Amino acid sequence: MTPSGTAERQGLLASYEHLDATVDVIKRLRSEGFEEITAFAPFPEHHIEEALGYAASPIRLFTLIGGLTGAATGLAFTIFANMDWPIVVGGKPILSIPAFIVPVFEMTILFGALFTVVGVFWNMRVPDLKGDVVYDPEFSSGRFGVYVTAPPARLDTVRRILEEQGPALIQDDPTGRAHG
Amino acid sequence: MATVTEKERSELTHPDVRSYGEVNTDILQMLSRPGKAWWFLLGLSIAGIGLLAFSWGNQIINGIGLAGLNTPVGWGAYITTFVFWVGIAHSGTLISAILYLFRARWRQSIYRAAEAMTVFAVMTAGLFPLIHLGRVWHAYWLFPYPNQRMLWPNFKSPLVWDVFAVSTYFTVSSLFFLLGLIPDIAAARDQAKKGTLRQKFYSLTAFGWRGTDRQWHHFGKAYLYLAALATPLVLSVHSVVSWDFAMGIVPGWHATIFAPYFVAGAIFSGVAMVITILVPIRKVFGLESYLTTRHFDAMAKLCLVTGLIVFYAYLTEFFMAWYSAEDPERRVFWNRVFGHYWWATWIMLICNGLIPIMLWFKRVRHSIAALFVISIFINIGMWFERFVIIVTSLSHEFIPFAWNVYRPSVTEMGIVIGTFGWFFFWFLLFIRLFPPVAIAEIKEVLPPPMRPKKKEVGR
Repeated sequence: MTPSGTAERQGLLASYEHLDATVDVIKRLRSEGFEEITAFAPFPEHHIEEALGYAASPIRLFTLIGGLTGAATGLAFTIFANMDWPIVVGGKPILSIPAFIVPVFEMTILFGALFTVVGVFWNMRVPDLKGDVVYDPEFSSGRFGVYVTAPPARLDTVRRILEEQGPALIQDDPTGRAHG
Repeated sequence: MATVTEKERSELTHPDVRSYGEVNTDILQMLSRPGKAWWFLLGLSIAGIGLLAFSWGNQIINGIGLAGLNTPVGWGAYITTFVFWVGIAHSGTLISAILYLFRARWRQSIYRAAEAMTVFAVMTAGLFPLIHLGRVWHAYWLFPYPNQRMLWPNFKSPLVWDVFAVSTYFTVSSLFFLLGLIPDIAAARDQAKKGTLRQKFYSLTAFGWRGTDRQWHHFGKAYLYLAALATPLVLSVHSVVSWDFAMGIVPGWHATIFAPYFVAGAIFSGVAMVITILVPIRKVFGLESYLTTRHFDAMAKLCLVTGLIVFYAYLTEFFMAWYSAEDPERRVFWNRVFGHYWWATWIMLICNGLIPIMLWFKRVRHSIAALFVISIFINIGMWFERFVIIVTSLSHEFIPFAWNVYRPSVTEMGIVIGTFGWFFFWFLLFIRLFPPVAIAEIKEVLPPPMRPKKKEVGR
């Protein structure tokens, strides 16, 4: 994915010191019909998520499918291994399912966790080591940010809304490459 | 809502932390140039690793006979220390996952160090099955893999369960730890000077994290589900470790109480180890406003609760031995307290049963120095608990003709001491390389910055 630079959409990034200012800007932008918004925060901030209106994260599916896959794999594997070379140990039946539950349980957890991590990396769109987007290093410290893309004709409206709340910094992004 | 009054501030988790930026400055300064104390401790740790390498290498070349293990005591200091380190690991996951699910507001500043402790403690524990194997080059036999002899491990054996439990535990707790680190590594990246090696290193390890709403949204959910997976996992791992004993018919081992008893003991020792580690870190890095007496008070209470469960389990074991009217069982427990290893049992009872009683007093819980000393006693006591369970039971196992006394050899002691060097080596590297206190999560419990209200400007 290369930055188009055709200026079909251009971006603006504003940094704010205050949380309520950030939330107000997001609400204002959405009421004006701008939906291409990315917010930045130094920690997971639920007011911002609410202002942006979020659907449920698909991570839950990754976890569920991973866990079920792990359980099925574990059960199939322990049964297969005991059928493959059946040896009676300690007078127990060849298929001692209660004893197999421990490895099955561990594999459920293992696969569930691995799928969750793959899912979260996929959905967060990381790793992404291209440093070519507008960014304010203060976002990981104390500032909140709002990034909006809009057609050049409407950019002035965006800029006016962003400036209403007294941003600490406004940066232009002529390529309009949306953040992840 | 705009400003926080002084009274409200005093009720916050971190009353002395004023702004988000301050958190970054205070935590990231820990990653700057290390002091003399750090180099000294690192040198000590490397010396420990040297001792480990020498003792283990000697044992690999000359054979497992260098250990004091012999019939009937086939499990000695190695398995004792294995259980000790697995136990230490547990409180890290308790603090990071279980307290996360319970929304405990005192976990934020301690969980990162506790999680790191978990990962490194499992790495240390994982050495012991290899050391104990003797022929370490056959270690891969532990894992199920297709082979020409068409043999598979015995899935009915608790030892194979242990392989699954501990390797899963290591993987999941590492993933949990590394995922939680990403936003804080990004904070270190943003503060580093452009073009330096430091900046490149953190850019790479932060995976391009920018703190966007999308990233936080998925991150938060993934963290929640990982915590939900880690919670039953942590309880299962030490239960499985306890079944290594409880599934055997050795008197003193064969008890259903073992799983909860071991889990409580693990958390007890682990929280004590967290206190042991955090007290010097707090002092050296001046983190008094992040690790407040409130945090230590909460950890001490956790220690107290789990310590009481452990002591209750001791008393139950003794009571059941008497009440069962089983002669071998009664003799094993009599032998524990008054037999050859009486001193080990009394160290265990005093360190784990009597000394934690002091934690009932608020003055003790609020004294960092007292907590540090008590936590070391608990660490010692919990090592001896595993020693007592393993060695006293095995040495008086079945027919009296076969009874024998076990004494750890110099090689075993060298290896046991050396693994402390191995553990602290990784831990010391960690506190220099990555933020040891969770920067982003502390901000969650700080009051958010709000626009000053016009009326309040004059105040």
